[in-house]
Amino acid sequence: MKPLIQLENLVKTYQSGEVEVRAVRNVSLVVEPGEFVAVMGASGSGKSTMMNTIGCLDRPTAGRYLLDGVDVSALDRARLADIRNEKIGFVFQGFNLLSRTSAVENVELPMLYARGAKSPRDIRARALAALAMVGLADRAEHFPNQLSGGQQQRVAIARALCNDPSLILADEPTGNLDTRTSIEIMGVFQKLNDSGITIMMVTHELDIAAFAKRNIVMRDGVIVTDKPVERRHFAAEELNQPTAQPNAVAAA
Amino acid sequence: MKHTATIRIALRALRRNKLRTALTMLGIIIGVGAVVAMVGIGAGAKAQVEAQIATLGQNVILVMSGTTTASGIRTGFGSAGTLKVEDAEAILREVPGVVSVSPELRAAMQVASGNQNLMTQILGEGADYFEIRQWPFKSGTSFTEQDVRGANKVCVIGLTTSRTLFGDADPVGEILRIKQVPFVITGVLTPKGMSMMGSDQDDVVILPYTSAMKRVMGQTMLRGMNVQAASPDVLLQVQDQIITLLRQKHRIQPGRDDDFTVRGQQDIAAMATEQSKTMTILLAAVAGVSLVVGGIGIMNIMLVSVTERTREIGIRMAVGAHGSDILLQFLIESITLSSLGGIIGILLGILSSYLLSTISHWPTMVSPASIVVAFLFSAGVGIFFGYYPAQKAAALDPIDALRYE
Ligand SMILES: Nc1ncnc2c1ncn2[C@@H]1O[C@H](COP(=O)(O)OP(=O)(O)O)[C@@H](O)[C@H]1O
Ligand SMILES: [Mg+2]
Repeated sequence: MKPLIQLENLVKTYQSGEVEVRAVRNVSLVVEPGEFVAVMGASGSGKSTMMNTIGCLDRPTAGRYLLDGVDVSALDRARLADIRNEKIGFVFQGFNLLSRTSAVENVELPMLYARGAKSPRDIRARALAALAMVGLADRAEHFPNQLSGGQQQRVAIARALCNDPSLILADEPTGNLDTRTSIEIMGVFQKLNDSGITIMMVTHELDIAAFAKRNIVMRDGVIVTDKPVERRHFAAEELNQPTAQPNAVAAA
Repeated sequence: MKHTATIRIALRALRRNKLRTALTMLGIIIGVGAVVAMVGIGAGAKAQVEAQIATLGQNVILVMSGTTTASGIRTGFGSAGTLKVEDAEAILREVPGVVSVSPELRAAMQVASGNQNLMTQILGEGADYFEIRQWPFKSGTSFTEQDVRGANKVCVIGLTTSRTLFGDADPVGEILRIKQVPFVITGVLTPKGMSMMGSDQDDVVILPYTSAMKRVMGQTMLRGMNVQAASPDVLLQVQDQIITLLRQKHRIQPGRDDDFTVRGQQDIAAMATEQSKTMTILLAAVAGVSLVVGGIGIMNIMLVSVTERTREIGIRMAVGAHGSDILLQFLIESITLSSLGGIIGILLGILSSYLLSTISHWPTMVSPASIVVAFLFSAGVGIFFGYYPAQKAAALDPIDALRYE
């Protein structure tokens, strides 16, 4: 099987004034379909820069990036937008939902920009299905400011899901959430990963990284550690412990 | 499919900010409303002038006594009294293309009937006068060629004169005294309304010019004459020939000024339309400025909106929006703002010209063409002033936009 992500000597340099910041120095990485990778490292070590490149939001300064076997390093803005739309779902630390826009309309967003023609009814149906998948079927008409942080993040995940992406990229998805809610989100990720979606996630917390299958550590723009998770956590189990609140189980 | 989605997105954004949307549109509403109303007023004035010119008659050339001074200032038309009846006869006889000529005398005088008095305009004219000016009778008939030849004591009166002296009664056959001379009224004319100079053309008593000369005014010089040409095509030619003929008859040396003035109906019309055109352009320019100000208002709000919604733009781009989708979204927003404002402005303009014409009796005329132009212009303002902000939004880098606080 061909790898989903293939980075070859990836370099990303920022020019801020006179100073040249080498955010990613020389990264080579292969991620196979179905993997669940957690990326760790100190702040400023280049995690977000690498994720943005993988997410086709940015182009590398040097090196090659093959997504699903296609070299995307040199594609133009519009083609990159199409690839993001079709293959990648994003989950951000700050949720990044459109305010004053209902949950279901937020989820519909990527489908509005999809190449293939879908009717508004199909789009609505798929958005509701995605919301149901993350346990928010009854919150479809709520606005982001009427939802808790965990619920907002689940709306964002539903949005990432609706175009059937092969890859979900999450940059510190639990950064703004408490431990319990973070585990719920990990539960959603594990469920999606079980259904075959590849997930790459940045996190600062070792506990959270343990929900992934593989851990990568970056330092100063290079990967310094890359190993499988030995004692993997499972959200379903953790949430089932006596201290767990019953409603959270259903949610996860 | 994609475009209808973009349109829905744009409209949703406008609905979300109703007060701002309304305020932004206000500039365009006022601008377009002003354009429609102003052009309506201009067109109304023009139509009124044209109607007044039409009351002159058809293919009419006015020849007036009077000259131009060396400094180019005209002395009052007709005051110099340089035209004679022979001039009129010569024109009719010698200039081809002339159908009829009516010599004219004019004076303001007191007229009386019974115990009613009235200061009015006395005209001495030929029998063809009513034909030349296309002035039909309300009752009775014109005086005849015989009346002119015999300087008979007959007259025709305008409707205002008739109303003032006789009320609603039909005055045909009644006696009218001018300078104690009794004249029999043979007819009453239909109303012509205001002249271009603003005087009431129906406040008039018209006598055979011979009668006016002998019995009332005691003079033989003409104030002028109304000449009717056969067709519009020969007007200019006839005009030139009249000038040549009169110069010859008056023995005016080459290089010296005419002692008369010849004006074709077209000259008068051209002058008048030139004036009303200037007014229309002036009004439209004022209105156009307000439209541009409205457009700048839209640009301003769109720029604010783009800045405020930078993060939204970043999110849209992250999930697959092209720059062109974002461009279209913001363009649709500004075009919707401006054309909706345009439509409301048009309605407002129509309403205000209607109010102007009913309340202050200004003639206004809102033409469909001015409405279409105003609408297209307002939509154009939306495109023109919305393009730069939309372009700015479309050119944003998704990562920078997502990171924007
Ligand atoms: N747009 C940018 N311009 C200049 N420097 C940048 C930019 N983005 C990131 N950097 C720099 O690149 C380095 C890596 O940043 P980042 O990838 O955000 O790190 P992390 O996500 O691991 O905290 C940092 O030193 C940061 O200051
Ligand atoms: Mg980061």
